[in-house]
Amino acid sequence: MLIRFARASDVKSSEITPKAVFEERRRFLKTAAVAGAGLVAGHFLPAPAEAALQGITKGRFSTDEEPTSQMSITSYNNFYEFGGDKTDPARNSKNFKPKPWTVAVGGHCEKPGTYAYEDVIKGLPLEERIYRLRCVEAWSMVIPWVGVPLGDVLKKYGPTGQAKYVAFETVVRPEEMPGQKTPLLPWPYVEGLRMDEAMHPLAILAVGLYGEELLPQNGAPLRLMVPWKYGFKSIKSIVKITFTETEPPTTWNKQGPVEYGFYANVNPTVDHPRWSQAKERRIGEFLRRDTLMFNGYADQVAGLYAGMDLRKFY
Amino acid sequence: MTREQRLRRIVKPAVFALCLGPLAWAAWLAASSGLGANPIEAAIRHFGDWGLRFLLIALAVTPLREITGLSQLARFRRMIGLFAFFYVFLHFSAYVGLDQFFDWQAIWADIAKRTYITIGMAAFALLVPLAATSTKGWIKRLGGKRWQVLHRAVYAAGVLGVIHYFLMIKAGYREAAVYAVLLALLLGWRLFARWRKRAAKGAGTPLPA
Repeated sequence: MLIRFARASDVKSSEITPKAVFEERRRFLKTAAVAGAGLVAGHFLPAPAEAALQGITKGRFSTDEEPTSQMSITSYNNFYEFGGDKTDPARNSKNFKPKPWTVAVGGHCEKPGTYAYEDVIKGLPLEERIYRLRCVEAWSMVIPWVGVPLGDVLKKYGPTGQAKYVAFETVVRPEEMPGQKTPLLPWPYVEGLRMDEAMHPLAILAVGLYGEELLPQNGAPLRLMVPWKYGFKSIKSIVKITFTETEPPTTWNKQGPVEYGFYANVNPTVDHPRWSQAKERRIGEFLRRDTLMFNGYADQVAGLYAGMDLRKFY
Repeated sequence: MTREQRLRRIVKPAVFALCLGPLAWAAWLAASSGLGANPIEAAIRHFGDWGLRFLLIALAVTPLREITGLSQLARFRRMIGLFAFFYVFLHFSAYVGLDQFFDWQAIWADIAKRTYITIGMAAFALLVPLAATSTKGWIKRLGGKRWQVLHRAVYAAGVLGVIHYFLMIKAGYREAAVYAVLLALLLGWRLFARWRKRAAKGAGTPLPA
């Protein structure tokens, strides 16, 4: 059921500090901490680990559309590992521990191994990418992600000529992810891209949102974001990256091959059997708007699919 | 107060108020932005859930009456049935008016193309004549027997309602399965009661030699 009474432990919207106030408070604390540390140690100490991300640059390709509210982005999620309702992830992810985190890299590459999260993104500038997100259920959002280009990450591991595809897996931790205690989907969740899609500059590994670290419900600490594809392609809480020669078996494609193709490109002319894809409701808006081919990124990505029958390869 | 008066002045209004609960709840959530990031979807689901629940409650009246022997229960059947229609109507209206904003072309395309919407619409269409003929006047006009035959369409509406719900789900069928089992029990009970009645009648008549 979709509607529930708020629990006493739930955060009321009135208790949430406005972002500006919160940032001001944070800036003050930081200044004070630095000043204090400066007095004691006589030199600059690194700021303690905190939710706000530092050194974010403006990325290319950002849309100038109005971002969806942070409240909506963090409270309306499809993340079945935490439950089937869209309100479940925010409510059921309190025990999820996104750090420390490692990612196992394997398959057709020169440097397989298990890498710490910090090493996966090391040396790459954090960029803010404001992307449109289109869910296959015909709703959409505009989300200010913070992340690094996926291609740059993959290059670090030296994919070989045999690497035609790349597969990703979500962590399996039923103790921290109550949805995984039920067979909602076959766990672990698997997604994948063709290598050229993965190397496209629009594809990113997101680590943050609204200038802060990702929350568990949004796929902490590391998730894919492929803005020209339906949301379910952008796998969350990644623990495994495998370079493969053949198309990886992806979760939703296995669950319902007629409904969810491997490509899952946003395409208003190819309907999902249950949801027309011609229009979408932007969260926060009343009227539906027309869905754009490749979610509005056709100029950048249409070339990837030249010569393919998009009705067959949906 | 006589038993009859108590029933009419206290119990019936109380049940009526109780049946309005889900509407009041939705209104409260809407006013306090408790419907979440996608309030239209939330409203449609809420009314759809309650439409199906009331349909099942209405179907449970007769079995409960016969099992418990509380004949007064029959007095609530029409009211509960009409509430089922009321919530299904709100569900339908929210889809047409809020979700599609009276875009008849898109609605028609949905009905023609998407099985779960086709089935949902069929269930709604089946319930309309039942709601319209729910008055005493109509029972008289149609004659008890014909009226009863017409109102058996509620069984089909129940089945279609549950299928509609099943087809809409992407993953996780637990709640839909609960409705399906309840409906199967309620309809199965009727089949069983019918069979028993027939068997009892059959026992009374001598077998042809």
